[in-house]
Amino acid sequence: MESAHIPPLPSIFMHTNPSPTLIAQGAEAHLYKTSFLTPSTPAALKIRPSKPYRHPILDRRLSRQRILHEARCLVKLMREGVLVPGVLALDWEGSNNNNNENDAGNQQTGGAWLLMEWIEGPSVRLVLEKWEVWMKRRLQLLQPLESGSPKRTEPLKCVEEQEEEERVRDLMRKIGYAVGSMHKAGVIHGDLTTSNIILRKNAIKDRENNNSERLDDITIADSVTAVGDEELQAMDGEIVLIDFGLAGQSTQEEDRAVDLYVLERAFGSAHPRTEGYFGALLQAYRESFKGAPNVLRKLEEVRMRGRKRSMVG
Amino acid sequence: MSHLETLYLSHLPPSLPIHISLFRDLRNAAFLREQLLSGNSAFEYAFVDASMILSRTHILAAIFRAVNSHISSRLKSRNVHSEIVFCLSPNNNIAESFRKFGITDATKDLLVVKVSVTPDITHDTVAGHLAEVIEATPLPFDDETLATLSNVSKIRKVYKLGPALATAATTPSHINGAGDHEKKVLEACLLGAMALRGAS
Repeated sequence: MESAHIPPLPSIFMHTNPSPTLIAQGAEAHLYKTSFLTPSTPAALKIRPSKPYRHPILDRRLSRQRILHEARCLVKLMREGVLVPGVLALDWEGSNNNNNENDAGNQQTGGAWLLMEWIEGPSVRLVLEKWEVWMKRRLQLLQPLESGSPKRTEPLKCVEEQEEEERVRDLMRKIGYAVGSMHKAGVIHGDLTTSNIILRKNAIKDRENNNSERLDDITIADSVTAVGDEELQAMDGEIVLIDFGLAGQSTQEEDRAVDLYVLERAFGSAHPRTEGYFGALLQAYRESFKGAPNVLRKLEEVRMRGRKRSMVG
Repeated sequence: MSHLETLYLSHLPPSLPIHISLFRDLRNAAFLREQLLSGNSAFEYAFVDASMILSRTHILAAIFRAVNSHISSRLKSRNVHSEIVFCLSPNNNIAESFRKFGITDATKDLLVVKVSVTPDITHDTVAGHLAEVIEATPLPFDDETLATLSNVSKIRKVYKLGPALATAATTPSHINGAGDHEKKVLEACLLGAMALRGAS
């Protein structure tokens, strides 16, 4: 299968002006950025293109099932107050069914689609990558000083490191709480990675800051530039979980523990410097709903054997 | 004098402009409903009870789905205008959707939607006809005005969303704008329920 081949958009989006822009492409779906109702309302469009190698009836049933599954999970979580992209519009039939069944060439343009609220903000993956670079540079800057007069710089470094640690720990706690609220609502994500967690700026808090803490903001900004450092990666905001393409509805401890395990592995491999902070995430998870301690006990078991359950016995 | 707004929705073809008008203190609801029931084609409008509409986005999302079904020849009801009323519903019962979201004899405030399904339907023809037949005070079709007309507790009930909704977790205490946030979440739940309608 040629990977560069981009299937045509469902007919309703073919004349959209400006045309939706492709931002991500996987084996199962294509993600576009476009608008909803008005050009000024950004939206994410997920399309599950039909697969030419599948029998048309099976193909339609699978696309329909999967797009509906994702939409149901999102709507359920939204109703439970968990921060996820809202479902704006949906078409599980795919377009171009009006062109008769015998028009085989046109079946390709079918495919189910899902329009979702656009979540503005960096992924946690990006936030942590930037932070890791920043920390590395920090340590390099401090090292020559340390070797010269270790005793003088040490307390300074400690204060700074403690602040940094607290910021990361706070971010981890927010993620733990978000995952916990999702599990509490009876949904399993199925693909929890740091790319699927967005840090969205909190609009309300922002307004508050502008009104009351403007002076503090300026002094903080000044001190940062005075040190001559790279811009500090912001870690304030709210955690929004995205991409429920592999999500499911379950309240089983096993499924929840696997979700956490996948996330733990994602942190360990993508952000080795943050591994020590995963405990903060789990602690926040523990406090987020009643069944959480049991899930964490199950997690120990999953860690021993890996994601897949043993089929022996 | 009229506040008829003509707009184009994202993704829908420019050949299908949408005309929307909001009215207060409707005096001839029974007459308008009669025209719908008798199938008078001159009165082919979506007559929506404005108390059931939360915001512009709420009704525009229903119009979007209805027109999409119209374009792909998948209408479940008689025409695109009845389909707009049906698309507001969270369930598959067409008659019930008309009773809950459509015009009734008791309707006080009315939202009228017309899609230019043929080129001879223009802003002027719609504005002219509405001015003739609707006995009510025209209002601007905006979120501020809709907010004064909508019956939020009734909307929550019809969409089966508990009065509290589980927003406690995400609502940042009682800051100004928390109400705003709650309305946004409610709106998102309405859109989700409407989009999933008919999925089996």
